[in-house]
Amino acid sequence: MANKTILTGWGRTSPSVAELLRPGAEAELTPLVLAPGGRGVIARGLGRSYGDPAQNAGGLVLDMTGLAAIGPVRDGYVTVEAGVSLHRLMRELVPEGWFPPVTPATRQVTVGGAVAADIHGRNHHADGSFGNHVTALDLLGADGVTRTLTPGDPDFWATVGGMGLTGVITKATIRLTPIETSRMIVNTWKCPDLESVMTRLTQADLAHRYTAAWVDCLSRQGRGVVEGADHARQGAARSFRARGFEAGPGFLPVGLLNRHTMGLVNRGLYATTKRESVQVRPLASFFHPLDRVGHWNRLYGPRGLVQYQFVVPMGAEQTLMKIVERIRRSHAASFQTVLKRFGPGSGGWLSFPTPGWSLSLDFPTTTKGLAWLLDRLDELVAEAGGRVYLAKDSRLRPELLPVMYPALAAFRERRRELDPRLVFQSDLARRLSL
Amino acid sequence: MKNAFGEPQSLLLVGGASDIAMATAMRLVRRRVRRVILAGRPSPARDAAAARLAEAGATVETADFDAFRVEEHAKVIGDVFAEGDVDVALVACGLLGDADLDPLKAADVAMVNYVGAMTAAIVCADAMRRQTHGALVVFSSVSAGRPSGSDFLYASAKSGLDAFARGLTEALRGSGVHVMVVRPGFVRSRLTRGVTPPAIATSPETVAGAVLDGLRAKSEIVWVPGILGQLTRLPGSVVRRITG
Ligand SMILES: Cc1cc2nc3c(=O)[nH]c(=O)nc-3n(C[C@H](O)[C@H](O)[C@H](O)COP(=O)(O)OP(=O)(O)OC[C@H]3O[C@@H](n4cnc5c(N)ncnc54)[C@H](O)[C@@H]3O)c2cc1C
Ligand SMILES: NC(=O)c1ccc[n+]([C@@H]2O[C@H](COP(=O)([O-])OP(=O)(O)OC[C@H]3O[C@@H](n4cnc5c(N)ncnc54)[C@H](OP(=O)(O)O)[C@@H]3O)[C@@H](O)[C@H]2O)c1
Repeated sequence: MANKTILTGWGRTSPSVAELLRPGAEAELTPLVLAPGGRGVIARGLGRSYGDPAQNAGGLVLDMTGLAAIGPVRDGYVTVEAGVSLHRLMRELVPEGWFPPVTPATRQVTVGGAVAADIHGRNHHADGSFGNHVTALDLLGADGVTRTLTPGDPDFWATVGGMGLTGVITKATIRLTPIETSRMIVNTWKCPDLESVMTRLTQADLAHRYTAAWVDCLSRQGRGVVEGADHARQGAARSFRARGFEAGPGFLPVGLLNRHTMGLVNRGLYATTKRESVQVRPLASFFHPLDRVGHWNRLYGPRGLVQYQFVVPMGAEQTLMKIVERIRRSHAASFQTVLKRFGPGSGGWLSFPTPGWSLSLDFPTTTKGLAWLLDRLDELVAEAGGRVYLAKDSRLRPELLPVMYPALAAFRERRRELDPRLVFQSDLARRLSL
Repeated sequence: MKNAFGEPQSLLLVGGASDIAMATAMRLVRRRVRRVILAGRPSPARDAAAARLAEAGATVETADFDAFRVEEHAKVIGDVFAEGDVDVALVACGLLGDADLDPLKAADVAMVNYVGAMTAAIVCADAMRRQTHGALVVFSSVSAGRPSGSDFLYASAKSGLDAFARGLTEALRGSGVHVMVVRPGFVRSRLTRGVTPPAIATSPETVAGAVLDGLRAKSEIVWVPGILGQLTRLPGSVVRRITG
């Protein structure tokens, strides 16, 4: 291998070695896909998935960030190359009055990664996931042919949420959200226990386009803070500014994030939040507070962190509460615990969001008993008809995947028709037998 | 592929279902190992082991591997890797033999413990290097360092294998492949049936535990029990009395 590189996901667990190439033009991709070598090839965006989907041990990994052209906005639609980041898209388009239809809690993801994981944002209950706003995408298949897929084509929905395993997405046409300002009107409610968090979040969903709740998993009651927000209309300027430190705080002592410091932080956050408030905030501070600290994942030390995000259907509130209680009793400390209610799914075969309650948590990998705890939570989730998010998974038991994703069999079959030699390969695909 | 906690999901047993390999496999299957390949000589014992592993939840495949047929090793083991990545391979074929100075019997001991084990390990190592990941566990013995007593033929073969495996550890450094040499003392197993146990004797389960710890810690040499590693400075005759 020429450019041997050790790659990990954002969680920094399970590193593996691959040859990493960064094509600068679409034409360079075809020969690489046609002859990737014995271990196959996978596309990689900005590596913001937490586990191993953008890794390919012993094989080829294509860094897509060299393909990042942005076309003109026409009637609210824009066609971009797949390697463009949402960060750049916002910088270019917000001043013109456009916002990405869906943004995750970080701007540092590519459009290719957003499609392949069918990402969701705080507006899922109102607007669905990223795939709902893609009207066309170009897919370079294992046969070396690039096809334009639209939502009428089943392969479109195999690709949305397909974790890069149907081919390399080279371009996508996206429907943008018109905005009048670069500010958000943010309503905040402090809730003393999990039940009131859930009630308030349900109410907020009816009134606001963007909602989410932060839950203090270490507190006995599961108290939290609910936010409901909308784009501010007229008035303030549209400029999009985001401050950021380039280098991560690598000098911070390992182990800083432990149960006790997190408990303190949580208590502090809760105490300083007003019972109810309305604020006008810049886009970046509302959507991407973590982006201000560059590589915050390094705070978790060399063993990294394990993200866990699941969704259970509406009606499975008891399961949700049971899980929160289990986590609290296990003494596993999650630094960022976010609760969100999802609306209808997009139709992506392996797409994560389905109507229900979604909770995302992150734990230091070294947390005692974590592997065991998460296995038990998987069982509760699967039993309730829920699922975990592949873009964040790094440890699911493979046999639970078909239970969680009923369309998995169809996906496997179609993948093998499109790509009989299984040229598109990733560590995730090997680990979970996709 | 291993998961975020470093837990392997696929396991190859070279030498079939030896007592030690089975004890290790059962523990790994209870965690994340889902695919187990038993590469050994066809026998009712191999079938019974396959059934036990399947019952514990693994998908079990068998491959006909005979340590003597070195010309077949590349194909037999190569086919296993062609079917999917192997996260951990245990090379555990062994034959105790006896103290008879019979040249053909001595050759058998050398073939099973050294030559065949080495060729199998080379094929595994090469495939793992292409995967750029995997752990290769080679079963040596504490006697590798002490070729004396009734099993010195066995000990001499094990010292060849031990030296090879340590060399392989160096050769594969930086490749992503983890080579681990395991040196058990006396273990009560099929291999030692009928032999009177010495002062320190362990069980296949204890060895399995040490193997799992070593895999997690990425150890290069594992003594079982660990205390044996400290005894190397004592005179050989003393050690023999303790470890057999
Ligand atoms: C701080 C943080 C917050 C996050 N918040 C959210 C959130 O709120 N909601 C949410 O849904 N997700 C969230 N995520 C996860 C993230 O949005 C997804 O993992 C996303 O896929 C990352 O995009 P990426 O460009 O970094 O892709 P990578 O992580 O590099 O790759 C992810 C997958 O996309 C595939 N892929 C990438 N580019 C292409 C391409 N051009 N063609 C084909 N396949 C491709 C890869 O093969 C891989 O399977 C968050 C992640 C972080 C680190
Ligand atoms: N027991 C101890 O005290 C001790 C101590 C130190 C090291 N070890 C080593 O640990 C390993 C496992 O031994 P164990 O104690 O678990 O004993 P075991 O159960 O007797 O295992 C030996 C294995 O080797 C296999 N084997 C023998 N000849 C073979 C051949 N020609 N081709 C392929 N496989 C062959 C046997 O399979 P069949 O069923 O086909 O015979 C058996 O599965 C061995 O390498 C042994 O040397 C053991």
